[in-house]
Amino acid sequence: MSISARFEVAFSRFLAPEGNVEQELPAFARERDAVLRLYRAMVLTRSFDTRAVALQRTGRLGTYASSLGQEAVAVGAGDAMQAGDVLVPSFREHGAQWLRGVTLREILQFWGGDERGSCFAAQARDFPVSITVGAHATHAVGVAHAMRYRREANAVVCVFGDGATSKGDVYEAMNIAGAWRSPVVFVVNNNQWAISMPRAAQSAAATLAQKAIAAGIGGEQVDGNDVIAVRHAVAAALQRARAGGGAHLIECLSYRLCDHTTADDASRYRDDAEVSAHWKEDPIARLRTHLGAAWNWSREEEEALQHECNRVVEEAAAAWLATAPQPPRAMFDHLHARLPVALEPQLATLQCHDGGTRAHG
Amino acid sequence: MAELTLVEAVNRALARAMQDDPAVIVFGEDVGRDGGVFRATEGLVERFGAERVLDTPVAEAAIAGIAIGMAAHGLRPVAEIQFDGFMYSTLDQMVNHASRLRNRTRGRLSCPMVLRAPFGGGIHAPEHHSESPEAMFAHIPGLRVVIPSSPARAYGLLLAAIRDPDPVVFLEPKRSYRALREEVADDGVALALDTCFTLREGSDLTLVSWGAMLGEALAAADALAAQGVSAEVIDVATLKPLDADTITASVARTGRAVIVHEAPLSGGFGAEIAARLAERCLFELRAPVLRVAGYDTVMPLAKLEQHYMPSRERILEAVHEVMRYP
Repeated sequence: MSISARFEVAFSRFLAPEGNVEQELPAFARERDAVLRLYRAMVLTRSFDTRAVALQRTGRLGTYASSLGQEAVAVGAGDAMQAGDVLVPSFREHGAQWLRGVTLREILQFWGGDERGSCFAAQARDFPVSITVGAHATHAVGVAHAMRYRREANAVVCVFGDGATSKGDVYEAMNIAGAWRSPVVFVVNNNQWAISMPRAAQSAAATLAQKAIAAGIGGEQVDGNDVIAVRHAVAAALQRARAGGGAHLIECLSYRLCDHTTADDASRYRDDAEVSAHWKEDPIARLRTHLGAAWNWSREEEEALQHECNRVVEEAAAAWLATAPQPPRAMFDHLHARLPVALEPQLATLQCHDGGTRAHG
Repeated sequence: MAELTLVEAVNRALARAMQDDPAVIVFGEDVGRDGGVFRATEGLVERFGAERVLDTPVAEAAIAGIAIGMAAHGLRPVAEIQFDGFMYSTLDQMVNHASRLRNRTRGRLSCPMVLRAPFGGGIHAPEHHSESPEAMFAHIPGLRVVIPSSPARAYGLLLAAIRDPDPVVFLEPKRSYRALREEVADDGVALALDTCFTLREGSDLTLVSWGAMLGEALAAADALAAQGVSAEVIDVATLKPLDADTITASVARTGRAVIVHEAPLSGGFGAEIAARLAERCLFELRAPVLRVAGYDTVMPLAKLEQHYMPSRERILEAVHEVMRYP
């Protein structure tokens, strides 16, 4: 017998759960401003999630997917991207979207039931949130191929959860990205739970990263609660992808400290003790400890930042709550580039029935 | 002008679109060196290179999904699904993503893609190779569904589909691929995507059909002419959006309609046309609207397929039924 193939899955992190530096930091992480930018984005994300859940609980927002505890994954990935790259997100990457120029008001608008929330006034090319699980991984490969065909020196970041790695679409996307050496980086937010399915019940694979290796592309694990590790790995993978090095997958080990969405009650299937234990790995507290040790981040600075983030979120919420709904005819406006004549009678029915303006609750 | 078969006309339209617009990319299973299992893409990789004519792994969901990504990022992908029965794997992508990307982003992103596939029975193909899924796609808001029935219309409609700014499902009647030749001007002129074609004028009844069934409908019209019955024949061609005006105007004049399609009867697209006729020209009808369709059975394997597919005889029987009404 001989061995036809062997593989290894590397795991990396820079900050231990307690916040101490475990290995030499990458160059960007030695600059206070760069690290502070990550910290600010994570704090803002958490403030936003808190407010969005409150808006849902008081009946002013629809079902919402919080990213509590997983802020480092979206923020690390979003911060690693360049302006010309394209983000093809799942539905828990608010931090990445915000870093890419999507406004908090737009994010609220989407979850509040208004298509204009995916209009992204300042972000022309990123994809909207993908509610269906995993199908968007194939879109990412299509965008990546278009980039290469158009001689753009850019790459795609596609984020999905551990649950999506059970889907055939994700495997098909990784396999073709491998065969075509597509400039795409798949980022798995392995938050350990696919609604009520724990990671161990989803797959017998020891890691999710090795699924990429099976598809012929690189796969690695990072500590998804260490934003420096996430950012470093995604930036390195993007750089290789832009230079023609092909696709890569980064499995970020995080933990879903919240319910799946506001429509979920995780206490039905998950022990509180497990959740409490994972709070010790909180990515925000971890980086705050590091900021204090490395740059004497003070209580005053912390309070000022929290205050500022809450204010930004409040302004976004107020702006969104003051936004008038679209007129009913909006459902016809972007069905096709131009409304087919055949649909005009249906639009006329709507206009007649609702006067084109009467908003329904 | 050259005399072309339908599949050759598809090939010419693809080549013309690629020549005219560098954003047009062709990909799918075996479309490159092999030229496609029906040769629809023959010669394209030699002429336009492997960067624009891509062979994909066997992964239909990904083929549709990759087309969506390409289309959203400035390309005009034309993706081939090798056979109708493999299109079902693309439904999630077409329903949840391709058809609604423009709407979801209020026009910020769009999806100018074409999903081509040979469809229908009659060539003694294996299981899952003889399906007629047009009604499923026609039910999806935001998708166009186009079915050519002749070489010239295949050329003009495919060019239109590729140039359309939105997603189009383009179903090619494989039984008609090499059934006849006709003059096709490779002039780059597209046809309209929202207009039915009146193939034959008549005064006693209207036969409404699409795809390969038009061959049977036209043959039935010939037989009827010999019997002194004048049948108008309409090729629907663009099922979605539907040009109901042309169909209802014809039926309002003839007073009788027989709709012919190969897909199963119940929930087939003929039901939609019959409903439009009931809504718009009930009082001009002299007879019930009849449908001659595939049975509500699984498409049988080759030995029985000729018994499943609507035949000239079944069409004539339906016509004689509607002609009983004065």
